[in-house]
Amino acid sequence: MEKPLTQHIDLSKGPLSLKEYEATGGYQAVRKALKEMEPKEVTEVVKNSNLKGRGGAGFNTGLKWSFVPMGEGAPKTKYLLANADEMEPGTFKDRLLLEGNPHLLLEGMILAAYAIQANESYIFLRWAYKTAHKALKKAIQEAYAAGYLGRNILGSGYSLEMHVHVSVGRYMCGEETGLLNALEGKRATPRAKPPFPQASGLFGKPTIVNNVETLCNVPFIVGRGAEWFKGLSLTDEGGTKIYGASGKVKRPGAWELPLGTPLRELIEEHAGGMMDGHRFRGALPGGASTDFLTEEHLDLPMDYNNVMKADSRLGTGTVIVLDDKTCPVGFVHNLERFFAQESCGWCTPCRDGLPWVAKTLQALEEGHGKPEDLEILSFHTTYLGPGNTYCALAPGAMEPLQSALKYFREDFERHIREGGCSYR
Amino acid sequence: MLTEEEKREIEAHIEKLPRRSAACLEALSVVQKHRGWVSDQSLHELADFLDMTPHELDSVATFYNLVFRQPVGRHVILVCDSISCWVMGYEKLVGRLNQKLGIQWGETTPDERFTLLPMPCLGTCDHAPALMIGDDLHRDVKVEGLDEILERYE
Ligand SMILES: Cc1cc2nc3c(=O)[nH]c(=O)nc-3n(C[C@H](O)[C@H](O)[C@H](O)COP(=O)(O)O)c2cc1C
Ligand code: SF4
Ligand code: FES
Repeated sequence: MEKPLTQHIDLSKGPLSLKEYEATGGYQAVRKALKEMEPKEVTEVVKNSNLKGRGGAGFNTGLKWSFVPMGEGAPKTKYLLANADEMEPGTFKDRLLLEGNPHLLLEGMILAAYAIQANESYIFLRWAYKTAHKALKKAIQEAYAAGYLGRNILGSGYSLEMHVHVSVGRYMCGEETGLLNALEGKRATPRAKPPFPQASGLFGKPTIVNNVETLCNVPFIVGRGAEWFKGLSLTDEGGTKIYGASGKVKRPGAWELPLGTPLRELIEEHAGGMMDGHRFRGALPGGASTDFLTEEHLDLPMDYNNVMKADSRLGTGTVIVLDDKTCPVGFVHNLERFFAQESCGWCTPCRDGLPWVAKTLQALEEGHGKPEDLEILSFHTTYLGPGNTYCALAPGAMEPLQSALKYFREDFERHIREGGCSYR
Repeated sequence: MLTEEEKREIEAHIEKLPRRSAACLEALSVVQKHRGWVSDQSLHELADFLDMTPHELDSVATFYNLVFRQPVGRHVILVCDSISCWVMGYEKLVGRLNQKLGIQWGETTPDERFTLLPMPCLGTCDHAPALMIGDDLHRDVKVEGLDEILERYE
């Protein structure tokens, strides 16, 4: 089984240095692209590989790049941004790549920037990732010194500057257009689309925002081709995925596996099964803003389309497990409190609705729940759903709630009937 | 007054940007690094330096979780209160911290040693529960191990 993204990562030894990275074949894809490929060809091979964005939405990466204006009439300044904000609760996959192999991200960024002919790039890094910050700073220095960054890279005539922006913390900074505002020194509220960032993004210039894991796949696609990449997955979606599991499993962690690995294998094999005395009840497949899957979905191949068919989303691919000793109402309450707090306040349904949802769940937990509370919760799942809010935070927040109401309804009802939580 | 060192560090960020105000988050971080927090006085000085009004700058500063507009202790304890840490019992850690330090969320100990704040997911959910003290990440934290961790911070 091939693990291109993580096979050389050993966190106990720290990040790969430039020399070590080059010894694994690192920067060969940049050499190849700058020497032999037109920018368009880089976009084309990534598009054909079917690489889907690993930040949560799963959009075809090459297709996204192809919307950037190119050629004579295109604006001179363009930006390539790596989204390393990783604030989705339950998600810890980009951290692994950043701490373990920062040059891989840099190489992916250089290729992406070359494809869209951007000369400026930023890594938008969350504040908590101190080790990653150190690793990135060193890697960028090394890359400049070796001529992979800066003016006239490897004598190709192509130039790229790279900076790190350390975020001062807010979930909305990870949202594509919130990130743009944060980089411009503004509140991280989202922007209206259109115009899409590909046409008018950072400082009004064409901009591509990609997730760290997405970008880390690019050097391999450019180096080994679209067909090879497609062959890595168990289904037809292409590539590997860094999956993870947290909660009451024996060995929580993150593993690079073929895209389409079933949930059962993830939990029973890689995570070592449930902790003794705990049974599997459900799981959020990809971070806090995805719908629950339950026992009936254990054999589901975890790729974008299959998880969608089960009314959920692959999201970030890091699974949060709910066990039979943990209260589903308390679980969802924790999530909704997070979303209420991190709402940017820009639009009313989210700003007012999420605190109402969180307070209603708290009342259930504390034993003041009323039968009509379930209707209030259901009402919000439609009212804050897709199309009613300015960005995807609120609809995302409704995903665990609506599925919990479907799968764990009896628990909600019991809280009301018995006047509190029987799990404590 | 901003010190020469602060100005130099902030200018290094401004240099790369099309307008001075775009560097305001970095500038707030620089000031906070040197002064521990961002007072009204600091805010006014910074706003002048960045060609912003104090209100403009404050509207940005107050949006972000890690810009401290109130004084904090020498060490800020950021406890992850998100889902995986909740499942793994972060509330017990907070209970112990409340009891041991005599402070609740947002409060600072009278000797100004510690401030206690909740923080969303620290991105280390496979080692929950987790917390940060200053720049240090502590993972798989047990209630029994807390005292020993706190002792490392004077
Ligand atoms: C509230 C919110 C937070 C987000 N946070 C992140 C994040 O931390 N990292 C990330 O890569 N994408 C995040 N996203 C998704 C981004 O908006 C965007 O789709 C992604 O960075 C695009 O990269 P990709 O196409 O490579 O996946 C978030 C979206 C929303 C709505
Ligand atoms: S949905 Fe929430 S986070 Fe998104 S713009 Fe509206 S208020 Fe802000
Ligand atoms: S939920 Fe606490 S580190 Fe992720």
